[in-house]
Amino acid sequence: MASIRLQFEIPGKLKTWSLGLIGVGLVALVFGMITKGFSSDEHEQVHFWGTLMYNTIFWTLVTNASMFFICVTTLAMGGWQQSFRRIPEAISTLVPIFGAITFAVLLYVVLTDKHHIYHWLDTAAVAKDPILTGKSGFLNAKFYIIWTTLTIGFWSFLGWRMRQLSNEADVEAMDHETGLKFIFRNTVRAALFTVWFALTVGSTVPWLWIMSIDAHWYSTMFSWYTFASSFVSGMSLIALWLIYLKNKGYMELTTQEHLHDVGKFMFAFSIFWTYLWFSQYMLIWYANIPEETVYFKHRVQGPYKGIFFLNLIINFLCPLLILMKRSAKRNYTLVTFMAVLIIFGHWIDFYQMVMGSLMKESVELGWLDFGILSFFVGMMIFFVARALASKPLIPKYHPFLKESVIHTV
Amino acid sequence: MAKKKFVVGCFNDEEVLFPAVKKVRTAGYKIHDVYTPFAVHGLDHAMGLRETSLHTAGFIYGITGTTTALSCISWIFTKDWPLNIGGKPHFALPAWIPITFELTVLFAAVGMVLTFCYISQLAPFVKKHHFHARATDDLFVMVIECTDTTNAEDLKAFLASNGAVETDIQVAEEGWWFGRYDKDEMRFENKQIVAA
Repeated sequence: MASIRLQFEIPGKLKTWSLGLIGVGLVALVFGMITKGFSSDEHEQVHFWGTLMYNTIFWTLVTNASMFFICVTTLAMGGWQQSFRRIPEAISTLVPIFGAITFAVLLYVVLTDKHHIYHWLDTAAVAKDPILTGKSGFLNAKFYIIWTTLTIGFWSFLGWRMRQLSNEADVEAMDHETGLKFIFRNTVRAALFTVWFALTVGSTVPWLWIMSIDAHWYSTMFSWYTFASSFVSGMSLIALWLIYLKNKGYMELTTQEHLHDVGKFMFAFSIFWTYLWFSQYMLIWYANIPEETVYFKHRVQGPYKGIFFLNLIINFLCPLLILMKRSAKRNYTLVTFMAVLIIFGHWIDFYQMVMGSLMKESVELGWLDFGILSFFVGMMIFFVARALASKPLIPKYHPFLKESVIHTV
Repeated sequence: MAKKKFVVGCFNDEEVLFPAVKKVRTAGYKIHDVYTPFAVHGLDHAMGLRETSLHTAGFIYGITGTTTALSCISWIFTKDWPLNIGGKPHFALPAWIPITFELTVLFAAVGMVLTFCYISQLAPFVKKHHFHARATDDLFVMVIECTDTTNAEDLKAFLASNGAVETDIQVAEEGWWFGRYDKDEMRFENKQIVAA
């Protein structure tokens, strides 16, 4: 392994760019906080905190999807991801950081009784409303705070345990017995994470954090739909870092074959997302019950019409038509383009999920949204690069590494 | 139907087969096909087969299905026999998506199966010559087509020196063959009886 570069050195340009993006984001954040967040106007307040909410939730879920990717491939006894597994690991180190930001934002929204965001915080209105009274066991401030704490805490903790175990693959060559034990311990820790992931992203958390903005409306599909959104963006993010490191001359063991499989994930989960999107939409459209159609009314026929259909074009038609061909999934330029497009598309998706319910009258996608986005992109680049540099890029004694090296599609 | 002369080499192991395939190709012989008991990763690459166009055909069948479904349903529900279903507009696109999807899958699947049978020259009543019965069990069978310049005996020796456990020469029909040899040929004339 003499010729393989295990140590990632952060290029100066990358650092400058990430700090620049964070700087732009901080300016937008502070300016937005002064002009909107703490203004007396309810509308401006909702705009600011809503923007923070969907950005924090989106980036937390996307980075967490990386750990989910490692865990499910571990559970499936996958070998092919080992040569680049340090990338999703590095991305998942952001979960505690973004999780803490999300936690702070959500805590502020709940504790200061922002019932223009979460209608169910308004106790007087809940008491008069039989639907909200029926939901109050789930939608109340106490449960919200406890469940959010547990969720983010366990994501961070179980993900950290998984990464700690991965360090053992750097130390020394394993004999058969040690290797078997190592794989078994990996499986146990991955299973723990996956179960907690299913209980949170797979079911309760998107209901609690996002769906409850429309306090009366509910869709059991909503969590899966959110999960699909975050997972496909997570895979795109992994692809972007993979291509970046390849371009810089690292990741010698990772080839087009691996990129092809990552591309397949991007393609397949874009279709999966559409499947859930459509399943949710069609049943509500068909039944045409007022309390259900309320969610889609202003999205399909109101000011969010453009974004709503743009969302479908970016996240369904483009991946379907562009990523379908084998040669497209093996083409670095096309995968880069599609990864950026998909991440942007699902960011827009989260935008309409949250802002579509908070500000029904008009679409105010502007400097605040892109400013906060640039803050999170900058943070992501800065911390992922740091995490990549802190460990060898390849777990060189992992028992399955050879399987990854000879991987062909 | 044209009969052709083949040299058949049988291998016990894929690890012997791979270098043999490469050597046979570099020596300039024309490989007719390699029959294996299971799908061998990378063998298509070693044999120099081009990438299949079956998926392109599948895509075309798929969009044929999509257009068939959409044009059919929209004609029926808006022009031919408009029905008021739950007060929905006649052009009720979301309701048609599941059927469109099903028809896309149906066209693509059936079309690809039939195309696959056609390019593999498989159909009812078409016979296939078996070069070695154990190819379906545990033997890797490489079949080389003899051209005018091929010396079959040399080739047999060449295969044996590259690890073939068994070699022979067979004259067989290939392509669309309905089980009858030309009149002046006896059936199974050249076929050797193989002890399994």
